[in-house]
Amino acid sequence: MKALEIRDLRKSFRSNFLFKKYEILKAININVEKGQIYGFLGPNGAGKTITIKCILGLLFPDSGQILINNKPATNPEIRQILGFLPEYPFFYDYLTAKEFLHFSAMLFSIPSKKASEVSKKLIKQVGLEGKENIKLKNFSKGMLQRIGFAQALINDPDIVILDEPFSGLDPIGRKELRDIVIALKNSGKTVFFSSHILQDMELIADKVGIIFNGNIIKEGKLSDLVSHSVQYYDVIFSNIDKKKVEANKINFVCRDESYIVRCQDINTMNNIIEFVILNKGKILSVTPIKMTLEDIFLKEIK
Amino acid sequence: MKLRAIAINTFKEAVRNKIYYLLIAFGIVFAFSSRLVSLLTLGDQVRVLKNVGLASINFFSVLIAIFTGINLIYKEIDKKTILNIMSKPISRRDFILGKFLGLSYTLLVALVSMATVFLLFLLISTGDIDWNILVYFCLLYFELLIIISISLVFSSFSTPILSSIFTINLYLIGHVLWTFNEFKTRLVEPITRIIIYLIYYILPNLEKFNLRDQIVSNEKINPMIVLTSILYALVYIAAMLTLAILIFNKREFK
Ligand SMILES: Nc1ncnc2c1ncn2[C@@H]1O[C@H](COP(=O)(O)OP(=O)(O)OP(=O)(O)O)[C@@H](O)[C@H]1O
Ligand SMILES: [Mg+2]
Repeated sequence: MKALEIRDLRKSFRSNFLFKKYEILKAININVEKGQIYGFLGPNGAGKTITIKCILGLLFPDSGQILINNKPATNPEIRQILGFLPEYPFFYDYLTAKEFLHFSAMLFSIPSKKASEVSKKLIKQVGLEGKENIKLKNFSKGMLQRIGFAQALINDPDIVILDEPFSGLDPIGRKELRDIVIALKNSGKTVFFSSHILQDMELIADKVGIIFNGNIIKEGKLSDLVSHSVQYYDVIFSNIDKKKVEANKINFVCRDESYIVRCQDINTMNNIIEFVILNKGKILSVTPIKMTLEDIFLKEIK
Repeated sequence: MKLRAIAINTFKEAVRNKIYYLLIAFGIVFAFSSRLVSLLTLGDQVRVLKNVGLASINFFSVLIAIFTGINLIYKEIDKKTILNIMSKPISRRDFILGKFLGLSYTLLVALVSMATVFLLFLLISTGDIDWNILVYFCLLYFELLIIISISLVFSSFSTPILSSIFTINLYLIGHVLWTFNEFKTRLVEPITRIIIYLIYYILPNLEKFNLRDQIVSNEKINPMIVLTSILYALVYIAAMLTLAILIFNKREFK
Protein backbone atom coordinates (compact mmCIF):
# COMPACT_ATOMS: atom_id res chain seq x y z
CA MET A 1 0.00 0.00 0.00
CA LYS A 2 1.14 3.48 -0.73
CA ALA A 3 1.52 5.89 2.13
CA LEU A 4 2.32 8.85 -0.06
CA GLU A 5 1.82 9.25 -3.74
CA ILE A 6 2.53 12.31 -5.83
CA ARG A 7 1.31 12.38 -9.41
CA ASP A 8 2.43 14.92 -11.93
CA LEU A 9 2.94 17.69 -9.44
CA ARG A 10 3.69 21.04 -11.04
CA LYS A 11 4.42 24.31 -9.36
CA SER A 12 5.54 27.62 -10.72
CA PHE A 13 6.11 31.01 -9.20
CA ARG A 14 5.48 34.34 -10.78
CA SER A 15 7.99 37.04 -10.23
CA ASN A 16 6.19 39.99 -8.75
CA PHE A 17 6.78 42.71 -11.29
CA LEU A 18 7.38 41.16 -14.65
CA PHE A 19 4.77 38.51 -15.15
CA LYS A 20 7.34 35.90 -15.94
CA LYS A 21 6.56 32.39 -14.78
CA TYR A 22 9.28 30.27 -13.25
CA GLU A 23 8.56 26.59 -13.41
CA ILE A 24 10.05 25.16 -10.25
CA LEU A 25 8.51 21.69 -10.21
CA LYS A 26 7.95 19.97 -13.53
CA ALA A 27 5.85 16.85 -13.21
CA ILE A 28 7.04 15.33 -9.97
CA ASN A 29 6.08 11.68 -9.46
CA ILE A 30 6.83 10.02 -6.16
CA ASN A 31 5.67 6.72 -4.69
CA VAL A 32 6.31 5.94 -1.06
CA GLU A 33 5.24 2.54 0.19
CA LYS A 34 3.96 2.08 3.71
CA GLY A 35 6.72 1.29 6.20
CA GLN A 36 9.49 2.59 3.98
CA ILE A 37 12.19 5.10 4.64
CA TYR A 38 12.15 7.20 1.50
CA GLY A 39 15.12 9.44 0.78
CA PHE A 40 14.41 12.49 -1.32
CA LEU A 41 17.78 13.37 -2.75
CA GLY A 42 18.73 16.44 -4.71
CA PRO A 43 21.23 19.27 -4.85
CA ASN A 44 20.52 22.72 -3.40
CA GLY A 45 17.69 24.45 -5.16
CA ALA A 46 16.37 21.30 -6.85
CA GLY A 47 12.89 21.74 -5.43
CA LYS A 48 12.83 19.44 -2.40
CA THR A 49 11.45 21.96 0.06
CA ILE A 50 8.87 23.22 -2.43
CA THR A 51 7.64 19.66 -3.00
CA ILE A 52 7.37 19.08 0.74
CA LYS A 53 5.49 22.34 1.23
CA CYS A 54 3.01 21.24 -1.42
CA ILE A 55 2.48 17.96 0.45
CA LEU A 56 1.67 19.87 3.62
CA GLY A 57 -0.66 22.36 1.99
CA LEU A 58 1.62 25.33 2.65
CA LEU A 59 1.90 25.93 -1.08
CA PHE A 60 -0.81 25.24 -3.63
CA PRO A 61 0.29 23.16 -6.65
CA ASP A 62 -0.54 24.40 -10.16
CA SER A 63 -1.65 20.91 -11.09
CA GLY A 64 -1.17 17.31 -10.08
CA GLN A 65 -2.30 15.18 -7.22
CA ILE A 66 -0.96 14.42 -3.79
CA LEU A 67 -2.42 11.42 -2.01
CA ILE A 68 -1.77 10.45 1.57
CA ASN A 69 -3.03 6.95 2.35
CA ASN A 70 -4.97 7.28 -0.90
CA LYS A 71 -6.77 10.40 0.30
CA PRO A 72 -6.20 13.85 -1.17
CA ALA A 73 -3.79 15.90 0.92
CA THR A 74 -5.84 19.06 0.49
CA ASN A 75 -7.97 18.34 3.53
CA PRO A 76 -6.28 19.69 6.69
CA GLU A 77 -7.65 16.76 8.70
CA ILE A 78 -5.35 14.40 6.82
CA ARG A 79 -2.47 16.05 8.66
CA GLN A 80 -3.69 14.41 11.86
CA ILE A 81 -1.51 11.41 10.93
CA LEU A 82 1.44 13.45 9.62
CA GLY A 83 4.50 14.61 11.44
CA PHE A 84 6.61 17.38 9.93
CA LEU A 85 10.02 18.81 10.64
CA PRO A 86 10.57 22.05 8.68
CA GLU A 87 13.91 22.72 7.00
CA TYR A 88 14.74 25.53 9.38
CA PRO A 89 13.49 25.11 12.91
CA PHE A 90 11.53 28.35 13.26
CA PHE A 91 9.64 27.90 16.47
CA TYR A 92 8.18 30.26 19.04
CA ASP A 93 11.23 31.47 20.87
CA TYR A 94 9.27 32.75 23.87
CA LEU A 95 8.09 29.25 24.76
CA THR A 96 10.00 26.68 26.76
CA ALA A 97 10.64 23.27 25.22
CA LYS A 98 7.88 21.74 27.31
CA GLU A 99 5.37 24.49 26.55
CA PHE A 100 6.16 24.18 22.87
CA LEU A 101 5.46 20.45 22.85
CA HIS A 102 2.20 21.03 24.73
CA PHE A 103 1.17 23.68 22.24
CA SER A 104 1.94 21.31 19.36
CA ALA A 105 -0.04 18.57 21.08
CA MET A 106 -3.05 20.87 21.38
CA LEU A 107 -3.04 21.44 17.63
CA PHE A 108 -3.63 17.70 17.31
CA SER A 109 -6.34 17.80 19.99
CA ILE A 110 -4.26 15.61 22.27
CA PRO A 111 -5.59 15.84 25.85
CA SER A 112 -3.16 17.55 28.19
CA LYS A 113 -2.50 14.53 30.39
CA LYS A 114 -1.51 12.42 27.43
CA ALA A 115 0.49 15.35 26.05
CA SER A 116 2.56 15.50 29.25
CA GLU A 117 3.35 11.81 29.07
CA VAL A 118 4.25 11.88 25.42
CA SER A 119 6.36 15.03 25.65
CA LYS A 120 8.30 13.60 28.56
CA LYS A 121 9.06 10.49 26.54
CA LEU A 122 9.99 12.45 23.43
CA ILE A 123 12.22 14.88 25.28
CA LYS A 124 14.14 11.90 26.56
CA GLN A 125 14.19 10.26 23.16
CA VAL A 126 15.72 13.27 21.43
CA GLY A 127 18.24 13.78 24.22
CA LEU A 128 16.93 17.03 25.70
CA GLU A 129 16.42 15.81 29.24
CA GLY A 130 16.92 18.59 31.77
CA LYS A 131 16.36 21.24 29.09
CA GLU A 132 12.53 21.16 29.26
CA ASN A 133 12.20 24.51 30.95
CA ILE A 134 14.65 26.50 28.87
CA LYS A 135 13.11 28.98 26.45
CA LEU A 136 13.64 28.07 22.81
CA LYS A 137 15.39 31.39 22.17
CA ASN A 138 18.26 30.05 24.27
CA PHE A 139 18.47 26.79 22.32
CA SER A 140 21.41 25.99 20.04
CA LYS A 141 20.83 24.98 16.43
CA GLY A 142 21.29 21.31 17.26
CA MET A 143 18.92 21.53 20.21
CA LEU A 144 16.31 23.24 18.02
CA GLN A 145 16.64 20.45 15.48
CA ARG A 146 16.04 17.96 18.27
CA ILE A 147 12.99 19.73 19.65
CA GLY A 148 11.77 19.96 16.06
CA PHE A 149 12.05 16.20 15.83
CA ALA A 150 10.14 15.83 19.08
CA GLN A 151 7.26 18.05 17.92
CA ALA A 152 7.10 16.14 14.63
CA LEU A 153 6.44 12.95 16.61
CA ILE A 154 4.03 14.39 19.18
CA ASN A 155 0.95 12.89 17.52
CA ASP A 156 2.52 9.46 17.02
CA PRO A 157 2.23 10.03 13.25
CA ASP A 158 1.94 7.25 10.68
CA ILE A 159 3.90 9.26 8.16
CA VAL A 160 6.80 11.47 9.13
CA ILE A 161 8.06 14.11 6.72
CA LEU A 162 11.47 15.51 7.49
CA ASP A 163 13.08 18.32 5.50
CA GLU A 164 16.85 18.08 5.89
CA PRO A 165 16.58 16.42 9.29
CA PHE A 166 20.29 15.91 9.83
CA SER A 167 21.57 19.35 8.96
CA GLY A 168 23.22 21.39 11.65
CA LEU A 169 24.05 18.40 13.79
CA ASP A 170 27.36 17.05 15.01
CA PRO A 171 28.27 13.44 14.12
CA ILE A 172 26.88 12.10 17.40
CA GLY A 173 23.66 14.02 16.89
CA ARG A 174 23.31 12.72 13.35
CA LYS A 175 23.78 9.19 14.55
CA GLU A 176 21.22 9.64 17.34
CA LEU A 177 18.59 11.11 15.07
CA ARG A 178 19.25 8.49 12.41
CA ASP A 179 18.64 5.87 15.05
CA ILE A 180 15.31 7.51 15.83
CA VAL A 181 14.36 7.35 12.15
CA ILE A 182 15.27 3.66 12.03
CA ALA A 183 13.28 3.05 15.21
CA LEU A 184 10.28 4.74 13.54
CA LYS A 185 10.55 2.39 10.62
CA ASN A 186 10.83 -0.58 12.95
CA SER A 187 7.57 0.41 14.60
CA GLY A 188 5.86 0.41 11.22
CA LYS A 189 5.95 4.12 10.39
CA THR A 190 6.68 5.61 7.02
CA VAL A 191 9.42 8.20 6.80
CA PHE A 192 9.97 10.63 3.94
CA PHE A 193 13.09 12.72 4.31
CA SER A 194 14.98 15.09 2.07
CA SER A 195 18.69 15.56 2.01
CA HIS A 196 21.51 16.47 -0.31
CA ILE A 197 23.86 14.27 1.63
CA LEU A 198 24.37 10.91 -0.03
CA GLN A 199 25.66 9.24 3.06
CA ASP A 200 22.34 9.75 4.86
CA MET A 201 20.60 7.96 2.04
CA GLU A 202 23.02 5.08 1.93
CA LEU A 203 22.80 4.58 5.66
CA ILE A 204 19.04 4.52 6.16
CA ALA A 205 16.95 4.86 3.00
CA ASP A 206 15.03 1.92 1.54
CA LYS A 207 14.01 3.82 -1.52
CA VAL A 208 15.45 6.92 -3.10
CA GLY A 209 14.01 9.52 -5.41
CA ILE A 210 16.49 11.83 -7.07
CA ILE A 211 15.24 15.30 -7.93
CA PHE A 212 17.17 17.65 -10.15
CA ASN A 213 15.98 20.94 -11.52
CA GLY A 214 12.38 20.18 -10.62
CA ASN A 215 12.35 16.76 -12.26
CA ILE A 216 12.50 13.34 -10.68
CA ILE A 217 15.32 11.86 -12.68
CA LYS A 218 15.46 8.51 -10.95
CA GLU A 219 13.40 6.65 -8.43
CA GLY A 220 13.96 3.19 -7.08
CA LYS A 221 14.95 0.89 -4.24
CA LEU A 222 18.36 1.79 -2.97
CA SER A 223 19.46 -1.81 -3.49
CA ASP A 224 18.41 -1.64 -7.14
CA LEU A 225 19.97 1.75 -7.74
CA VAL A 226 23.26 0.99 -6.12
CA SER A 227 23.87 -2.24 -7.97
CA HIS A 228 25.70 -4.61 -5.74
CA SER A 229 27.52 -5.99 -8.69
CA VAL A 230 31.02 -4.69 -8.72
CA GLN A 231 31.96 -2.03 -11.23
CA TYR A 232 35.67 -2.81 -11.36
CA TYR A 233 38.54 -4.10 -9.25
CA ASP A 234 41.60 -2.23 -8.18
CA VAL A 235 44.68 -4.42 -7.77
CA ILE A 236 47.72 -2.93 -6.10
CA PHE A 237 51.06 -4.67 -6.15
CA SER A 238 54.79 -3.97 -5.89
CA ASN A 239 58.27 -5.50 -6.09
CA ILE A 240 58.30 -5.97 -9.85
CA ASP A 241 60.51 -4.19 -12.30
CA LYS A 242 58.70 -1.44 -14.13
CA LYS A 243 59.94 -2.60 -17.52
CA LYS A 244 58.47 -6.02 -17.00
CA VAL A 245 55.09 -4.56 -16.19
CA GLU A 246 55.18 -2.32 -19.20
CA ALA A 247 56.20 -5.21 -21.41
CA ASN A 248 53.02 -7.03 -20.48
CA LYS A 249 50.86 -4.25 -21.81
CA ILE A 250 49.29 -3.66 -18.45
CA ASN A 251 47.62 -0.33 -17.93
CA PHE A 252 48.78 0.95 -14.60
CA VAL A 253 49.29 3.94 -12.44
CA CYS A 254 52.46 4.12 -10.43
CA ARG A 255 52.47 5.39 -6.88
CA ASP A 256 55.20 5.05 -4.24
CA GLU A 257 56.90 2.09 -5.85
CA SER A 258 53.60 0.28 -6.19
CA TYR A 259 51.36 -0.20 -9.19
CA ILE A 260 47.62 0.31 -9.28
CA VAL A 261 45.74 -1.53 -11.99
CA ARG A 262 42.07 -1.04 -12.66
CA CYS A 263 40.47 -4.24 -13.97
CA GLN A 264 37.10 -4.14 -15.66
CA ASP A 265 36.26 -7.81 -14.97
CA ILE A 266 37.27 -10.86 -12.95
CA ASN A 267 39.31 -12.48 -15.74
CA THR A 268 41.55 -9.48 -16.16
CA MET A 269 41.94 -9.34 -12.42
CA ASN A 270 42.94 -13.02 -12.24
CA ASN A 271 45.43 -12.56 -15.04
CA ILE A 272 47.02 -9.66 -13.24
CA ILE A 273 47.26 -11.58 -10.00
CA GLU A 274 48.79 -14.55 -11.83
CA PHE A 275 51.34 -12.27 -13.45
CA VAL A 276 52.29 -10.77 -10.10
CA ILE A 277 52.68 -14.17 -8.45
CA LEU A 278 54.70 -15.58 -11.37
CA ASN A 279 57.07 -12.66 -11.21
CA LYS A 280 57.43 -12.95 -7.43
CA GLY A 281 55.79 -9.63 -6.84
CA LYS A 282 53.84 -8.65 -3.78
CA ILE A 283 50.04 -8.25 -3.92
CA LEU A 284 49.26 -5.34 -1.64
CA SER A 285 45.50 -5.27 -2.10
CA VAL A 286 42.59 -6.29 -4.30
CA THR A 287 39.55 -4.04 -3.93
CA PRO A 288 36.23 -4.53 -5.65
CA ILE A 289 34.78 -1.06 -6.35
CA LYS A 290 31.01 -0.77 -6.15
CA MET A 291 28.89 1.89 -7.77
CA THR A 292 27.88 4.40 -5.16
CA LEU A 293 24.85 6.58 -5.01
CA GLU A 294 27.22 9.40 -5.75
CA ASP A 295 28.21 7.81 -9.05
CA ILE A 296 24.57 7.42 -9.96
CA PHE A 297 23.84 10.93 -8.89
CA LEU A 298 26.68 12.43 -10.86
CA LYS A 299 25.92 10.27 -13.87
CA GLU A 300 22.24 11.20 -13.88
CA ILE A 301 22.61 14.94 -13.53
CA LYS A 302 25.08 15.13 -16.40
CA MET B 1 -9.17 22.84 21.35
CA LYS B 2 -7.06 23.76 18.32
CA LEU B 3 -8.63 27.18 18.29
CA ARG B 4 -7.94 27.51 21.99
CA ALA B 5 -4.32 26.50 21.47
CA ILE B 6 -3.84 29.35 19.01
CA ALA B 7 -5.70 31.78 21.26
CA ILE B 8 -3.74 30.90 24.39
CA ASN B 9 -0.48 31.05 22.51
CA THR B 10 -1.35 34.45 21.06
CA PHE B 11 -2.08 35.75 24.52
CA LYS B 12 1.15 34.25 25.82
CA GLU B 13 3.15 35.88 23.06
CA ALA B 14 1.59 39.28 23.74
CA VAL B 15 2.12 39.17 27.48
CA ARG B 16 5.69 37.94 27.17
CA ASN B 17 6.47 41.12 25.31
CA LYS B 18 7.51 44.05 27.47
CA ILE B 19 5.85 46.60 25.18
CA TYR B 20 2.47 45.32 26.29
CA TYR B 21 3.15 46.27 29.91
CA LEU B 22 4.81 49.48 28.87
CA LEU B 23 1.71 50.63 27.00
CA ILE B 24 -0.58 49.65 29.89
CA ALA B 25 1.71 51.50 32.29
CA PHE B 26 1.68 54.58 30.06
CA GLY B 27 -2.10 54.45 29.91
CA ILE B 28 -2.26 54.44 33.69
CA VAL B 29 0.38 57.14 34.15
CA PHE B 30 -1.36 59.43 31.68
CA ALA B 31 -4.70 58.75 33.34
CA PHE B 32 -3.14 59.80 36.65
CA SER B 33 -1.80 62.93 35.05
CA SER B 34 -5.42 63.99 34.61
CA ARG B 35 -5.23 64.91 38.30
CA LEU B 36 -2.43 67.31 37.57
CA VAL B 37 -4.25 68.84 34.65
CA SER B 38 -7.42 69.18 36.69
CA LEU B 39 -5.52 71.07 39.39
CA LEU B 40 -4.33 73.53 36.82
CA THR B 41 -7.73 74.25 35.38
CA LEU B 42 -10.40 76.47 36.71
CA GLY B 43 -13.94 75.22 36.88
CA ASP B 44 -15.19 71.65 36.93
CA GLN B 45 -12.23 69.58 38.07
CA VAL B 46 -14.07 66.23 38.01
CA ARG B 47 -14.99 66.87 34.44
CA VAL B 48 -11.36 67.40 33.45
CA LEU B 49 -10.30 64.39 35.47
CA LYS B 50 -12.71 62.13 33.59
CA ASN B 51 -12.02 63.70 30.25
CA VAL B 52 -8.24 63.40 30.35
CA GLY B 53 -8.33 60.01 32.09
CA LEU B 54 -10.68 58.38 29.62
CA ALA B 55 -8.87 59.91 26.68
CA SER B 56 -5.52 58.51 27.73
CA ILE B 57 -6.87 55.03 28.41
CA ASN B 58 -8.58 55.19 25.05
CA PHE B 59 -5.39 56.26 23.29
CA PHE B 60 -3.17 53.59 24.78
CA SER B 61 -5.63 50.75 24.40
CA VAL B 62 -6.03 51.64 20.72
CA LEU B 63 -2.24 51.60 20.40
CA ILE B 64 -2.09 48.15 21.98
CA ALA B 65 -4.85 46.96 19.65
CA ILE B 66 -3.14 48.22 16.52
CA PHE B 67 0.34 47.06 17.35
CA THR B 68 -0.34 43.68 18.86
CA GLY B 69 -2.94 42.99 16.16
CA ILE B 70 -0.66 43.74 13.27
CA ASN B 71 2.51 42.39 14.76
CA LEU B 72 1.29 38.99 15.75
CA ILE B 73 0.15 37.66 12.37
CA TYR B 74 2.97 39.26 10.47
CA LYS B 75 5.58 37.93 12.88
CA GLU B 76 4.09 34.50 12.50
CA ILE B 77 4.65 34.68 8.74
CA ASP B 78 7.92 36.58 8.82
CA LYS B 79 9.53 34.32 11.39
CA LYS B 80 8.09 31.31 9.60
CA THR B 81 6.55 29.88 12.75
CA ILE B 82 3.41 29.67 10.64
CA LEU B 83 4.95 26.84 8.62
CA ASN B 84 4.93 24.75 11.72
CA ILE B 85 1.33 25.60 12.62
CA MET B 86 -0.24 25.32 9.19
CA SER B 87 1.39 21.94 8.67
CA LYS B 88 -0.69 20.66 11.58
CA PRO B 89 -4.32 19.62 11.17
CA ILE B 90 -5.71 23.09 11.71
CA SER B 91 -7.75 25.01 9.19
CA ARG B 92 -6.84 28.53 8.20
CA ARG B 93 -10.20 29.67 9.52
CA ASP B 94 -9.43 28.32 12.97
CA PHE B 95 -6.05 30.01 12.85
CA ILE B 96 -7.58 33.43 12.19
CA LEU B 97 -10.36 32.92 14.72
CA GLY B 98 -7.86 31.70 17.29
CA LYS B 99 -5.70 34.76 16.72
CA PHE B 100 -8.74 36.99 17.07
CA LEU B 101 -9.83 35.37 20.32
CA GLY B 102 -6.30 35.54 21.72
CA LEU B 103 -6.03 39.22 20.82
CA SER B 104 -9.48 39.94 22.26
CA TYR B 105 -8.40 38.39 25.51
CA THR B 106 -5.10 40.27 25.49
CA LEU B 107 -6.98 43.55 25.07
CA LEU B 108 -9.57 42.63 27.67
CA VAL B 109 -6.83 42.11 30.23
CA ALA B 110 -5.15 45.38 29.26
CA LEU B 111 -8.38 47.36 29.35
CA VAL B 112 -9.62 45.86 32.60
CA SER B 113 -6.35 46.60 34.34
CA MET B 114 -6.29 50.21 33.15
CA ALA B 115 -9.99 50.68 33.91
CA THR B 116 -9.73 49.21 37.40
CA VAL B 117 -6.84 51.44 38.36
CA PHE B 118 -8.60 54.47 36.90
CA LEU B 119 -11.90 53.77 38.69
CA LEU B 120 -10.08 53.35 42.01
CA PHE B 121 -8.22 56.55 41.36
CA LEU B 122 -11.49 58.32 40.58
CA LEU B 123 -13.05 56.94 43.74
CA ILE B 124 -10.17 58.18 45.85
CA SER B 125 -9.98 61.62 44.31
CA THR B 126 -13.73 62.34 44.03
CA GLY B 127 -15.20 59.98 46.63
CA ASP B 128 -17.69 58.72 44.06
CA ILE B 129 -17.81 56.42 41.04
CA ASP B 130 -19.75 57.28 37.93
CA TRP B 131 -20.96 53.85 36.80
CA ASN B 132 -21.61 55.14 33.32
CA ILE B 133 -17.87 54.92 32.87
CA LEU B 134 -18.29 51.15 32.72
CA VAL B 135 -20.57 51.59 29.72
CA TYR B 136 -17.87 53.77 28.20
CA PHE B 137 -15.24 51.04 28.64
CA CYS B 138 -17.62 48.41 27.32
CA LEU B 139 -18.15 50.33 24.09
CA LEU B 140 -14.45 51.12 23.89
CA TYR B 141 -13.79 47.39 24.06
CA PHE B 142 -16.06 46.77 21.09
CA GLU B 143 -14.25 49.49 19.21
CA LEU B 144 -10.95 47.76 19.99
CA LEU B 145 -12.37 44.49 18.67
CA ILE B 146 -13.29 46.22 15.43
CA ILE B 147 -9.76 47.59 15.18
CA ILE B 148 -8.15 44.19 15.64
CA SER B 149 -10.49 42.59 13.14
CA ILE B 150 -9.46 45.26 10.63
CA SER B 151 -5.79 44.79 11.42
CA LEU B 152 -6.23 41.04 10.91
CA VAL B 153 -7.53 41.72 7.42
CA PHE B 154 -4.57 43.93 6.55
CA SER B 155 -1.92 41.77 8.09
CA SER B 156 -3.29 38.70 6.33
CA PHE B 157 -1.86 40.06 3.10
CA SER B 158 0.34 43.05 3.75
CA THR B 159 3.45 44.10 5.66
CA PRO B 160 3.29 45.51 9.20
CA ILE B 161 4.22 49.02 8.17
CA LEU B 162 1.54 49.21 5.50
CA SER B 163 -0.93 47.47 7.78
CA SER B 164 -0.31 49.97 10.57
CA ILE B 165 -0.70 52.88 8.19
CA PHE B 166 -3.94 51.46 6.79
CA THR B 167 -5.33 50.59 10.18
CA ILE B 168 -4.41 53.92 11.75
CA ASN B 169 -5.93 55.75 8.79
CA LEU B 170 -9.11 53.76 9.03
CA TYR B 171 -9.20 54.45 12.74
CA LEU B 172 -8.89 58.18 12.18
CA ILE B 173 -11.41 58.20 9.34
CA GLY B 174 -13.69 56.04 11.46
CA HIS B 175 -13.91 58.83 13.97
CA VAL B 176 -14.85 61.56 11.50
CA LEU B 177 -17.07 59.38 9.36
CA TRP B 178 -20.22 60.78 10.93
CA THR B 179 -19.51 64.06 9.17
CA PHE B 180 -20.14 62.19 5.91
CA ASN B 181 -23.65 61.59 7.08
CA GLU B 182 -24.47 65.28 6.98
CA PHE B 183 -22.48 65.77 3.85
CA LYS B 184 -23.97 62.94 1.79
CA THR B 185 -27.56 64.13 1.97
CA ARG B 186 -26.53 67.40 0.43
CA LEU B 187 -24.98 65.81 -2.67
CA VAL B 188 -27.04 65.88 -5.80
CA GLU B 189 -24.84 64.22 -8.38
CA PRO B 190 -25.81 60.53 -8.31
CA ILE B 191 -22.38 58.96 -8.83
CA THR B 192 -20.56 60.87 -6.13
CA ARG B 193 -23.57 60.32 -3.98
CA ILE B 194 -23.38 56.55 -4.42
CA ILE B 195 -19.67 56.56 -3.75
CA ILE B 196 -20.05 58.59 -0.59
CA TYR B 197 -22.88 56.32 0.57
CA LEU B 198 -20.70 53.26 -0.11
CA ILE B 199 -17.77 54.69 1.78
CA TYR B 200 -20.05 55.61 4.60
CA TYR B 201 -21.39 52.10 4.96
CA ILE B 202 -18.15 50.21 4.33
CA LEU B 203 -15.82 52.13 6.59
CA PRO B 204 -16.12 51.59 10.31
CA ASN B 205 -18.15 54.25 12.05
CA LEU B 206 -16.12 54.36 15.22
CA GLU B 207 -17.62 57.53 16.65
CA LYS B 208 -20.61 55.36 17.58
CA PHE B 209 -18.46 53.97 20.37
CA ASN B 210 -17.37 57.25 21.83
CA LEU B 211 -19.46 58.27 24.81
CA ARG B 212 -16.89 60.54 26.36
CA ASP B 213 -18.83 63.78 25.90
CA GLN B 214 -21.99 62.36 27.45
CA ILE B 215 -20.09 60.91 30.37
CA VAL B 216 -18.02 63.97 31.04
CA SER B 217 -21.08 66.20 31.01
CA ASN B 218 -23.09 63.67 33.05
CA GLU B 219 -25.73 63.26 30.37
CA LYS B 220 -28.06 60.31 30.48
CA ILE B 221 -27.00 57.47 28.20
CA ASN B 222 -29.62 56.01 25.92
CA PRO B 223 -29.47 52.19 26.22
CA MET B 224 -30.85 51.79 22.71
CA ILE B 225 -27.89 53.63 21.26
CA VAL B 226 -25.52 51.43 23.24
CA LEU B 227 -27.26 48.29 22.02
CA THR B 228 -27.27 49.30 18.37
CA SER B 229 -23.60 50.20 18.62
CA ILE B 230 -22.82 46.75 19.99
CA LEU B 231 -24.87 45.13 17.26
CA TYR B 232 -23.07 47.23 14.68
CA ALA B 233 -19.74 46.11 16.14
CA LEU B 234 -20.70 42.43 15.99
CA VAL B 235 -21.78 42.64 12.37
CA TYR B 236 -18.69 44.61 11.42
CA ILE B 237 -16.35 42.17 13.18
CA ALA B 238 -18.03 39.18 11.56
CA ALA B 239 -17.61 40.76 8.15
CA MET B 240 -13.93 41.59 8.75
CA LEU B 241 -13.13 38.11 10.07
CA THR B 242 -14.82 36.53 7.05
CA LEU B 243 -12.77 38.72 4.78
CA ALA B 244 -9.55 37.89 6.64
CA ILE B 245 -10.32 34.17 6.39
CA LEU B 246 -11.08 34.41 2.68
CA ILE B 247 -7.78 36.17 2.03
CA PHE B 248 -5.86 33.83 4.28
CA ASN B 249 -7.32 30.76 2.57
CA LYS B 250 -5.64 31.86 -0.64
CA ARG B 251 -2.32 32.55 0.93
CA GLU B 252 0.80 30.49 0.33
CA PHE B 253 3.58 30.17 2.88
CA LYS B 254 6.97 30.19 1.25
N1 LIG C 1 9.13 32.25 -3.73
C1 LIG C 1 9.86 31.82 -4.75
N2 LIG C 1 9.78 32.44 -5.94
C2 LIG C 1 10.53 32.02 -6.97
N3 LIG C 1 11.36 30.98 -6.91
C3 LIG C 1 11.48 30.31 -5.75
C4 LIG C 1 10.73 30.71 -4.61
N4 LIG C 1 11.05 29.87 -3.59
C5 LIG C 1 11.95 29.01 -4.10
N5 LIG C 1 12.22 29.27 -5.36
C6 LIG C 1 13.15 28.51 -6.23
O1 LIG C 1 12.73 27.18 -6.24
C7 LIG C 1 13.84 26.32 -6.33
C8 LIG C 1 13.69 25.18 -5.40
O2 LIG C 1 13.81 25.61 -4.08
P1 LIG C 1 13.77 24.61 -2.85
O3 LIG C 1 13.75 25.43 -1.62
O4 LIG C 1 12.69 23.61 -3.02
O5 LIG C 1 15.16 23.88 -2.98
P2 LIG C 1 15.70 22.64 -2.14
O6 LIG C 1 15.75 21.47 -3.04
O7 LIG C 1 14.93 22.51 -0.89
O8 LIG C 1 17.19 23.11 -1.84
P3 LIG C 1 18.04 23.08 -0.48
O9 LIG C 1 18.79 21.80 -0.48
O10 LIG C 1 18.96 24.24 -0.67
O11 LIG C 1 17.12 23.25 0.66
C9 LIG C 1 15.06 27.18 -6.11
O12 LIG C 1 15.74 27.29 -7.33
C10 LIG C 1 14.53 28.52 -5.67
O13 LIG C 1 15.30 29.54 -6.26
MG1 LIG D 1 15.26 22.75 1.04
